[in-house]
Amino acid sequence: MARHVIAPVDELPPGTRKFLEIDGRPIAVFNIKGEYFGLMNRCPHQGAALCEGPLIGLAQSSDPGEIEYTKLGEIIRCPWHGWEFDIRTGQSYCDPRRFRVKAYPAHVEPGTSVVKGPYVAETVTVKVESDYVVVDL
Amino acid sequence: MNIQFRESQEAASPLISKTAIADCDIHPARATRTELYPYLAKRWQHHLDVYGVHAYQGMMEGPPYPKAQPNASRRDAWPPEGGPQGSSLSFMQKQLLDPNNVQLGVLNPLNTGQGIRNHELSAALCSAINDWQIDKWTSKDKRLKASIVVGNEDGLSAAAEIRERAGDKNFVQVLLLSRNVEPLGQRRYWPIYQAAEEAGLPVGVHAFGFGGNPITPSGWPSYYIEEMVGHSQCQQSALASLVLEGVFERFPKLKMVMIEAGFGWAPSLAWRLDKVWQRLRSEVPHVKRPPSEYIREQVWWTTQPMEDPERREDLFDVINWIGWDRLLFATDYPHWDYDEPSRVLPAGVTEANREAFYLGNAKKLYGIN
Ligand code: FES
Repeated sequence: MARHVIAPVDELPPGTRKFLEIDGRPIAVFNIKGEYFGLMNRCPHQGAALCEGPLIGLAQSSDPGEIEYTKLGEIIRCPWHGWEFDIRTGQSYCDPRRFRVKAYPAHVEPGTSVVKGPYVAETVTVKVESDYVVVDL
Repeated sequence: MNIQFRESQEAASPLISKTAIADCDIHPARATRTELYPYLAKRWQHHLDVYGVHAYQGMMEGPPYPKAQPNASRRDAWPPEGGPQGSSLSFMQKQLLDPNNVQLGVLNPLNTGQGIRNHELSAALCSAINDWQIDKWTSKDKRLKASIVVGNEDGLSAAAEIRERAGDKNFVQVLLLSRNVEPLGQRRYWPIYQAAEEAGLPVGVHAFGFGGNPITPSGWPSYYIEEMVGHSQCQQSALASLVLEGVFERFPKLKMVMIEAGFGWAPSLAWRLDKVWQRLRSEVPHVKRPPSEYIREQVWWTTQPMEDPERREDLFDVINWIGWDRLLFATDYPHWDYDEPSRVLPAGVTEANREAFYLGNAKKLYGIN
C-alpha cells in the first residue's frame, strides 16, 4: 500500500471533490462535511465515471407513504443509470450483494509527515506548513 | 443540480482496439428552439411563434412523466459549448462515435412534429427535421444515417414525405413512434407502409409518442418507472395490431424495427398470438399464417434497453428464439438509460453471432456496405 498526497486541505473544502488518476486508476476524493472519502471513479455497472454524478440522500420507505430521507449528501448517483452508492463504504443500494465500488481510505495528515520517508509525491508541490489529504492505495 | 464537474474522460484506448459497431438508436437534439426555422416556410415560423403546437396529448411542454435525469440524459453528455445533450456533433463524435468505433449510427430524432393535431404543421415540421438531419448531421459525418420522420397521423402526407426522400442515401429508415392515435396496424397508417415498402426502407417504431392515449393499457400510472415498463406493453399492442390487421400479409416485403422497448417479451407474445389465432382465425381470415411467422420474418429489434436476466442462459434462450440475425445493437445515446457497448453482452457468444449483433445485422438491414 502506498500513500498518495491528493491536495492541501484548503484546496478541497467541504462539498467539493477532486478527480485524479493514481497508478492508472481513476480515483475521486470527496470532502463531505469535513470528512474525506476516496472512491474508484468507475461504476461497477457499466463503467461510467461514477463520481461525476450528483450527491443525494437515501430515500427509504418502511411502508407506502412513509418516506425517510437520510444520509443527505452521502450517496453518489451514477451519471448514467442512476445506481446509488454510499460514499462512505462504496456499497451499492440496488444490489448490495454483488456490487460495490472500491473505496480507498482518505485522511488528513500534517505536512510534516507527508514529506518524510519514501512516499513524497513528486507531482505535488508539497508545502510543509499545511495539512494534506492523503489516500492509501 | 446539473453540474458537469469536469470534461468527461476520453477513451483511454486507441480506436483500433475496439471492434467496429453499429449504433441503431442515437437521439440528435436541437441546440435552440428556433434551430428548425431555416427549414420552415415563413408561414410556419409565424404559426409557431403565435400559436405553438397543438398536440393530441397535453403536457407537451415537457414529457408526460418527469424523467430520472435532466432531458432524460446522461449527466456527462452536456456539450461543452452549451445546448442540450445530443445537440453537438463534435461532442457526439468525441463521446460516442470515436471511442466506441461506431461505423454506422442511425439517428432517431424525438419531439419532431409527430402527433400534432394540425396535420399541415406536422408535415412541415417533419420535413424540416429531415432537412436538418442532413444539414447538421449526416452530411457532416458519413457514419451517421438519418430516419425519415413523417407526420404519422396523416398517412397520405407521410407517404409523400417518404417518396420524396426515397433513394436519398442520407436516410435508412422511416420513423414512427409506438403511441399513436390508433394501434399501428390501422388503415390510416397503411400508406406509410406502402411507401416504405416501395422505397425498400424499414419502418422503425420507437417507444414513446403523443397519441393522447395513456401510457399503460390500464390508464395513467403514478410513476415514471411505470412509463419505462409501459413501453414494452405499448409495443406489444402495436405489434399485435400490425399482425392482426394484416399489415405484414399485405406488405410482405415490409421490414419493421422495434426500437427501445425490449425484446424479451417477443417469444411469449408470439406464442400467445399463435395459440389464439388457431382458435379465432375465422375472425381474421386475412391473417393467413401463424402470427409468429410474420414476426420472425419481418421484425428486427434494437437491443437497448438490453435485457438483463439473472441467468445469461435465459437471455440466450430468448435470442435464440428471435434469431441472432434479428438484433441490432443500440446505445440510446445520449439518454440516461444508455447501454455501454463493451458491457451489455455476456460472455459465451460465438464470434459470428457477436459480429452480427454489434454490426452485421444492422449493415445488412440498412443496406450499408
Ligand atoms: S454505469 Fe453506473 S449505473 Fe450504469
